[in-house]
Amino acid sequence: MARLVVMGGGVSGHTAATFAKDWLGDEHEVVVVTPNSQWNWIPSNIWVGVGQMTKEEVVFPLAPVYEKAGIDFRQAKAVSIHPNGGEKSDKEYITIEYTGQGKEGQTEEITYDYLINATGPKLNFGATPGLDEGHTVSVCTADHAVHANLELKKVFEKAKTEKQKILVGTGHGMCTCQGAAFEYIFNIEHEANKAGVRDNLEIKWISNESFLGDFGIGGLHMKRGGYAASSRLFAESLYSERGIPWIIGAHVSKVEAGKAHYELLDGSTGEEEFDFAMLIPPFAGVGLKAYDKDGSDITDTIFAPNGFMKVDAKYDAGAYENWKASDWPRTYQNPTYSNMFACGIAFAPPHLISKPMSSVNGTPINPTPPRTGMPSGIIGKNVAHSVCDLIKKGPDAHLHEASMAEMGAACVASAGKGLTDGTAAALTVYPVVPDFEKYPGLGRDLDYTFGEIGLAGHWIKHILHHLFIYKAKLKPGWTLIPE
Amino acid sequence: MQRIEETVKPYDQNFTTMVPTGFVKFMRTCLIWQFLRFIAINIKMIIVVRKSHG
Ligand SMILES: Cc1cc2nc3c(=O)[nH]c(=O)nc-3n(C[C@H](O)[C@H](O)[C@H](O)COP(=O)(O)OP(=O)(O)OC[C@H]3O[C@@H](n4cnc5c(N)ncnc54)[C@H](O)[C@@H]3O)c2cc1C
Repeated sequence: MARLVVMGGGVSGHTAATFAKDWLGDEHEVVVVTPNSQWNWIPSNIWVGVGQMTKEEVVFPLAPVYEKAGIDFRQAKAVSIHPNGGEKSDKEYITIEYTGQGKEGQTEEITYDYLINATGPKLNFGATPGLDEGHTVSVCTADHAVHANLELKKVFEKAKTEKQKILVGTGHGMCTCQGAAFEYIFNIEHEANKAGVRDNLEIKWISNESFLGDFGIGGLHMKRGGYAASSRLFAESLYSERGIPWIIGAHVSKVEAGKAHYELLDGSTGEEEFDFAMLIPPFAGVGLKAYDKDGSDITDTIFAPNGFMKVDAKYDAGAYENWKASDWPRTYQNPTYSNMFACGIAFAPPHLISKPMSSVNGTPINPTPPRTGMPSGIIGKNVAHSVCDLIKKGPDAHLHEASMAEMGAACVASAGKGLTDGTAAALTVYPVVPDFEKYPGLGRDLDYTFGEIGLAGHWIKHILHHLFIYKAKLKPGWTLIPE
Repeated sequence: MQRIEETVKPYDQNFTTMVPTGFVKFMRTCLIWQFLRFIAINIKMIIVVRKSHG
C-alpha cells in the first residue's frame, strides 16, 4: 500500500486528491492536509464582497466529502518537509500542525510515498506597509469578502448624502490576480447604480499593469472587425464606459488610513485618497520549510526564494530576450526529489509572462504570472495521474504533461450580477503562456483566443459556480465535469 | 450613450478609447441575442477546454 499526501485542499489540491483516490481505490491511501474545515469556490467571493451572495453559498464542509471518498482528512497546516526522513528512520515525512478536529495546535509527523504540494498562495499583505492594518479590505477569502461587503455598504450609505471615493486594484508592484480586482470594481459600479448612489461615488482603478488589460499574461489579442485587437482596447473601453479612471504602472508603496502612496514606472510618486479600498496583496509561497535527515535546512534546494516549489521548469533562462514557452514546466515534478510534485499556485513559475518593467528608480512594477482556476485544476489532475501511474505501474511510468504554454484558459470575469441585467467578460486565451515561436507576433492562436462582454457570460459564470461546487462535492458524475 | 458623453472628456485619459454605441450596449443584455451568444461561447469554450486537457 502506498500513501499519497496532498498538502492543500483548494482548487488544485482538491482536484488532485479526489481524482487520485478515485483512480487508486482502497488499495492505496490518500491523505489531505489543509487548514480550513470548508472548501471555498473563490471566484464567487466577488459576489460575496458586494452582498450578492452569502458566505454559505460559496463554501461547504470538507470532512463529509472526504469521508464519502475515503480520503484521510487532516484539518492542519503543513509546516515542514523531510524528504530524506529524520533521526529515527529514512522514511520521508512532513510535519503538520492541527487547526481543527479538536487537536488545535498539536503537531504530528505524516510519512509519505508521494507528496503533492498544492498549498496555493500566502496572501503577503506584509509586503506593503500598512496594507494589513485594516485601512483596506480584500476579497481573497470568503471571510475577507464578507468583511469587504460590510465596509462597502457603509460607504454606499454615506454616498446617499456625501461624495465618497473608492479605490480598487493591486496593493504592490509585483501583484498577480488583477482579474479578481477587475471583477470587483465592476461589480461595485453595478451595485452602486442599483443602489442609486453612483453619482456620489468616484471609483478609481490602480494597478501594476503597464497597460490596462494585461492581466499578468501580457494581455491578449482577439479578432474584431477584421483586426487582431488588443485586450487593452477592450479594457480601456469598459473602464471608460463605466466612468472609471485608471492609474497603471503603479507600485503601491505604503497605505495609511484613507490614503495609498504609490510610485509609477516613470519614477514619479503620488498618493490617492479613499473612503474604501480593496487592494489585492502580492502572493508568495506559504513558507514551508524543508530539512535534511540531519536536521539541516534544505529549503533553498526545494523552494525558490519566493517560497514556491521548484519543478521541472527552466529557471536559468536569464534575460527576457531568452524566454521561451518551453521554459514552462510540463510534469511539475521536483527536480531533486522525484516523489514530490507541486500544482496550482504552489509551483514556481520560471519567469514573468507580462513584459518585465521597473521604474526609473529600479522598483520592479509588473504583474507576476497568474495560475487561474482552469490551469490549476488541469495541472492538479495531471499530477494526480502521474502519481497514480507511478504507484500502479512503477517508477518508470510515463509522467503526464500539462504545460501552461500548451494549455488554454477559459475565464469569465463578472462585471455585475443579475440574471437579466448582469454582464461578464467571457474570455478564452490559448495558450496561457504566449508561444512566440509557434505563433509569431501575437504569441497566441487567434482561432481559440476570443472575448466578449454580455449577459451570456454572466449566465456562464453563474452556471460555473454551481457546476464546480457540485463537482467539488463529488456528486454523481463529478468526474465527467472538466476542470 | 448618455454615460459615455458624461464620462469621456475631451483630451482626457479616456478620450482615445473605444466606446460602445447604444446598439452594442443594448445587444449585451438583449435576451434573444445573448441566448444565441450563450450557445456560441459555450461551444468555443468547450473546444478550448478539450484542447487543454491534452
Ligand atoms: C477573489 C478571487 C477571484 C478569482 N476568480 C477567478 C476566476 O473567476 N476564474 C479563475 O480561473 N480563477 C480565479 N481566481 C484564481 C483561483 O482562485 C486560483 O487560481 C486557484 O484557487 C488556485 O488554486 P490553488 O489550489 O493553487 O490555490 P487555492 O485554491 O488557494 O488552495 C490552496 C489551499 O492550500 C491551503 N493551505 C495554505 N497553506 C497551507 C499549508 N501550510 N498546509 C496545507 N494547506 C495549506 C489553503 O488553505 C487552501 O485550501 C480568483 C482568485 C481570487 C482571489
